[in-house]
Amino acid sequence: MTSARKLDLKVYAGLILFGIITPILFPNYTSQVAVMWLMVLMAVTWDMTGGQMGYNSLGNVIFFGLGMYASAVVQISMFADVAKYTASFGAMYVEFTEVQYFTGLSLGIVVGGIVATLFALLIGPFMLGLRGPYFAIGTLGLAVAVAELIAGWGYVGAGSGISMPVYPGVAGESTFVWYILLGVTALLAHLFVRWLYSTQFGLAMNAIRDDEDKAEAMGIRTTRYKVLTWAASAFFLGMGGAIFGNMSGFIEPLEVAFPTATFGIFMVAMALLGGKGTLWGPVLGAILFHIVKEATWTYLLGWQWVALGAIIIINIVYFQQGILGWAQDKWPAAFGLTVDRGPEDQPTGDTRPEAAE
Amino acid sequence: MNSSQPQIEVKSVSKSYGGVVANKDISIRVPHGRITGLIGPNGSGKTTLFNSIVGYHPIDSGSITFEGQEISTLRVPDIARLGMLRTFQQTRIYKKMNCVQNMIISVSHRDEGFSGIFKQAKDRETEQQAEELLNFVGLYQKRNLISGDLSFGQQKLLEFAMALMNKPKVLLLDEPTAGINPTLINGLIDRLKRANEEFGITLFVIEHNMRVIMNLAEEISCLSHGELLATGSPDELQNDQRVIDAYLGAH
Repeated sequence: MTSARKLDLKVYAGLILFGIITPILFPNYTSQVAVMWLMVLMAVTWDMTGGQMGYNSLGNVIFFGLGMYASAVVQISMFADVAKYTASFGAMYVEFTEVQYFTGLSLGIVVGGIVATLFALLIGPFMLGLRGPYFAIGTLGLAVAVAELIAGWGYVGAGSGISMPVYPGVAGESTFVWYILLGVTALLAHLFVRWLYSTQFGLAMNAIRDDEDKAEAMGIRTTRYKVLTWAASAFFLGMGGAIFGNMSGFIEPLEVAFPTATFGIFMVAMALLGGKGTLWGPVLGAILFHIVKEATWTYLLGWQWVALGAIIIINIVYFQQGILGWAQDKWPAAFGLTVDRGPEDQPTGDTRPEAAE
Repeated sequence: MNSSQPQIEVKSVSKSYGGVVANKDISIRVPHGRITGLIGPNGSGKTTLFNSIVGYHPIDSGSITFEGQEISTLRVPDIARLGMLRTFQQTRIYKKMNCVQNMIISVSHRDEGFSGIFKQAKDRETEQQAEELLNFVGLYQKRNLISGDLSFGQQKLLEFAMALMNKPKVLLLDEPTAGINPTLINGLIDRLKRANEEFGITLFVIEHNMRVIMNLAEEISCLSHGELLATGSPDELQNDQRVIDAYLGAH
C-alpha cells in the first residue's frame, strides 16, 4: 500500500469518527455541521470541473436547485396534486405516514440527482464549448435564468415557493436524519472523485485543464470528458440539493434553491481556499470556510460579509494555489515530486548508455 | 494497400487569410515510412500547410488524403485518431502534470471504448512503456517532476516522447530542434532517425536548421511566399539556385 493511500484512509477514518462523535457530544451543533457536510459536497463537486478540468463554473447552483425542486415535486406528487398543493401556499396540509414520507424522500433524492444530471448532459455540449471567463459568465447567466424561470412557473409555486412535506417522526429527530444524509452523500462524492482521479479519465480531465488544444491534437475526445465530468458533479450536487430542500422545510427559487451570490460563490471560494485541483483541498477549504463563516456570524455580526470578502480577496490576490497547493510548492518531495539520482534507478534491461545524457 | 500510393498526399492546396495568400496551389507527397522535410524562409507558409493537414482550419481548395482517405474536412481529434499527430513550434505539454502522467494520457485513443476511459491510470504495462520512452529521450530521472518545471529543451523532448507514446503512423514535427541546446541536437537527430527506423513512423519535418534537415530527410520540399519552389533530394536542393535565392533574399 502506498503512503498516499494510507494517508487517505487515515483522513477518511478521522472524518468519519468526527462525523459520528459530533452529534453525540454536541447535539446543538448538529445542523451547523450538517451544513458543513453540504459545503464539503459543494466544494468537492465544484472542483471536479473548476479545479481538475479548468472550467470555472459560477452556475453549479443550477444543479443544486434543480435537484431540490425535482425532489419536492416527486415527494408531493406521490400522494397529492402538486398544482393544488403549491397553489395553497402551505395551507393544504397533507399528512404523510412514515412509510409514505421516507419512500417519497428516498425516491426524491435519487430523482433529484438524475434530473440534475440530465440537465447537465443537455446543456453541457453547448456551455462547455465556452472557455475561460466566457464559461464562468455563461454559467452564471444560466443560473440566474433558471432561477427566474422557476420563479415564474406556477406549477412549482413560482416565487412563493413550496412548503416541503413535514417530517413525520419525533420533533428534533429530523436534524440527525439530514445530518447523516448530507454526511454520507459528501463521503460518497469524495470516494467517487478519488476513484475517478486515479483513472485514465482523471488524467484526461487534467490534460484538458492544462492545454485543451493539445489534448484535441492528441486525439482525446474532449467534449465527452467535459460533459461527463459536469454531469457527474451535477448528480451529487442534485442529491445534496434534494436533501437540503427537505432540511430547510421551505424552498423558493432565489434564496434557497439557486443562491448564486452565497452558495454559488462559496463553493468556488472554498475550493480555492483549500487548493483547487487537489483531492483534499476542497474538503479542507470547505471545513475552514464554514468555521470562519459561523464564527464571524456569531462574533462579528454586522461585519461578517466584510470578513468573508477579505478572506476571498487575500486568497485570490496572495494565495491563489490555496493551502494544499502552497504546501506542495513548499514541500514538493512530500507530494512525490522528486528527481531520481544514480544508475540504480534505470529500468532493468536498459543497455543504451546514450539514453541517459 | 497500394505501396506506390503516398501516405499523405497534398494536392493543389490553397489557403488564404483575408488578402494574404499563405499557401497557393501546393502539392506534396509524403511516402510511407520515410523522412520528408519541409523548408522555407520565415512566413513562407510551412506551418499553415501543417495546420491544413492536421485539420486546424478548412482549406480553400485542393485535397488532402491520408492513406487514400480524404481528410481535409475532418476535425483535429478525428485526424489524430487516424494515426497522424503533430508537435508544435511553441512546445505544448500538460504543464501541471508530471512527466509520467503526460505520457500515460498520450496513449492512442484510436480504439478506446467507453469503459476503457475508466481504467486505472497507473496500469503497470502503460507505465512501463511510458518509462521506456522517457528513457529513450533522456528524461527518465525527471519522470516524477511537474513537466512545466522542465527546461524548454526538455519540454520539447517530452512532447516528442508523448507523440511516440501515441504510436502514430505519421508524425508531423514543427521545428523539432528550435530552442534546443546544440549539443542535444545530435542526440535528437539520432532519436528521430531511430523513431523512424525502429518504430516505423513516417516523419514529415519542418526545420530551419539546414544541417539538421539535410542530415535527416530523404526528400525535401521548399516553400517560398506560399508557393512550392522545389522538391528534391537534399543534394539537389542545396544546389538549386531558386532555393538559395529564396533564403538569401534575391527576389
